[in-house]
Amino acid sequence: MEAIAAKGLTKYYGKTRGIEGLDLSVEEGEFFGFIGPNGAGKSTTIRTLLGLITPNRGNAKIFGKDIRTQKTAILRETGYLPSEALFHPGMKVKEVLRLSADLRNKDCSAAAEMLCERLKLDPSRKIDELSFGNRKKVGIVCALQSEPRLLILDEPTGGLDPLIQHEFFEILRERNRKGATVFLSSHVLSEIRRYCGRAAVLRDGSLIACDSVEALSRTNARRISLRGEAVLEGLEGIRDLKQTGDGVSFLYGGDLGALLGRLAEGKISDLSVTEPELEEIFLHYYRKEEV
Amino acid sequence: MTIVRHELKQGRTAFLIWCGCIAALLGICIFLFPEMKGEMDTVSEMFASMGVFTAAFGMDKLNFGTLTGYYAIECGNVLGLGGAFYAAIIATDVLSKEERMHTADFLLTHPLGRVRVMTEKLASVLIRIVLLNLLIYGISVLSMAAVGEAIPWKEINLLHLAYFLMQLELAGICFGISAFLRRGSVSIGLGIAVLMYFMNLIANITESAKDLKYLTPFGFCDGALIAAEGKLDGVVLAAGMALEALGILAAYLKYPKKDIA
Repeated sequence: MEAIAAKGLTKYYGKTRGIEGLDLSVEEGEFFGFIGPNGAGKSTTIRTLLGLITPNRGNAKIFGKDIRTQKTAILRETGYLPSEALFHPGMKVKEVLRLSADLRNKDCSAAAEMLCERLKLDPSRKIDELSFGNRKKVGIVCALQSEPRLLILDEPTGGLDPLIQHEFFEILRERNRKGATVFLSSHVLSEIRRYCGRAAVLRDGSLIACDSVEALSRTNARRISLRGEAVLEGLEGIRDLKQTGDGVSFLYGGDLGALLGRLAEGKISDLSVTEPELEEIFLHYYRKEEV
Repeated sequence: MTIVRHELKQGRTAFLIWCGCIAALLGICIFLFPEMKGEMDTVSEMFASMGVFTAAFGMDKLNFGTLTGYYAIECGNVLGLGGAFYAAIIATDVLSKEERMHTADFLLTHPLGRVRVMTEKLASVLIRIVLLNLLIYGISVLSMAAVGEAIPWKEINLLHLAYFLMQLELAGICFGISAFLRRGSVSIGLGIAVLMYFMNLIANITESAKDLKYLTPFGFCDGALIAAEGKLDGVVLAAGMALEALGILAAYLKYPKKDIA
């Protein structure tokens, strides 16, 4: 069953584009990454799926339920962590957690206690006194404590220290193994690579790639680093060219014979050909002119 | 009822402050009455000869030497303005604060539905207004008994009922406005209450603007008129309740479809 199925989802804020014609499919039980530069439309997509904003065109279903007409049923099965977790002033952590559980009409006290312990969150602290990272932990516990079928997490690790990040992803993996679907919107590509099976890349409000992380990472391009001189002008397939003291470094996805010919004509003292970093591969999705 | 309880808890300090201030001012006014009633004959004459201001505050219709007349003008202004400000502020804030404080993402992603969220929030506003009025009514009556005055039950009950209905109307209108707002709600609430108050003064002063009283909830809770005539103006009251219903209806039409920023 599809956990998320969006077809032609479009949202404009007046004349400003949010997302346009977005098609997205996430199967139940997936650990799915959602990536894209700032302003690409990631949060708009999430807010539309959760019913906080209404799409202008298109539609989406979560577990087969329509986001326009079955919002409450969808939210009953969904835990959401916003990118900026803010709560009502003057409350203690345990009061926020109890309020969230009461709003779901569930007793989540055992799960909340376990999560607070694992994330090292003191439930007796006042929300107003918490750092950004600790407020994020409160948001995480709120999203997870009801053990929802679908977790939608928008930039979840901002402000968390590496140990807590590790613990947080351990919890997500456990939930995922138990069958929960995880939809992770993130800028941190290493998180996507480490934890997600599939990912979608969003740019300028449209989906430009959606595949397994392995397939998205696969590329013919290589990182070429050389010391010396060679005439590279006119060669097709060069990206991300950087001067490196007495040489250059660039990503090359063009004809290898043509490159070797140019290098043979130049004066090269050292040459290395390596696979590009995952970050480098994803960056080319982000840059319009290079795709 | 989770949101009702949450709202009441969140608004507890503001409620106690407003309630305490209005009750204290009313109590002081009542405790000053025995001392002042002997001087009220000259005060009444003076107030009755202040031209448009006399008409604006209805001071030509009352005898300040009686507790009813004194209460309708002096205490009526305290309760009228204080209650109106409180009702307008909490009703304007109740929906819009979630976007202003960026807590809407938390609240509206729980499985309740916006209509239920609105209904519980509206109920919390009504409960606070009812409690405020009951407490103030009790303190007023106890203060009158404490100073040894005979309590004019009919007039006092009518006055308090009128102020209560006025706060309900303002709350209904402001609740409607709250559904459209994203921020700046407190100043807007205060502004609406002040605007309504002055609309009533203008309606009292100028014959050509007298129809304004149908648009302002202060139109049917003119203390001087109620105390003098012993009844509420049914037509103005009906117009007020219709405006209240329109405000609430506007909120229910807007908020369930509103894009949450």
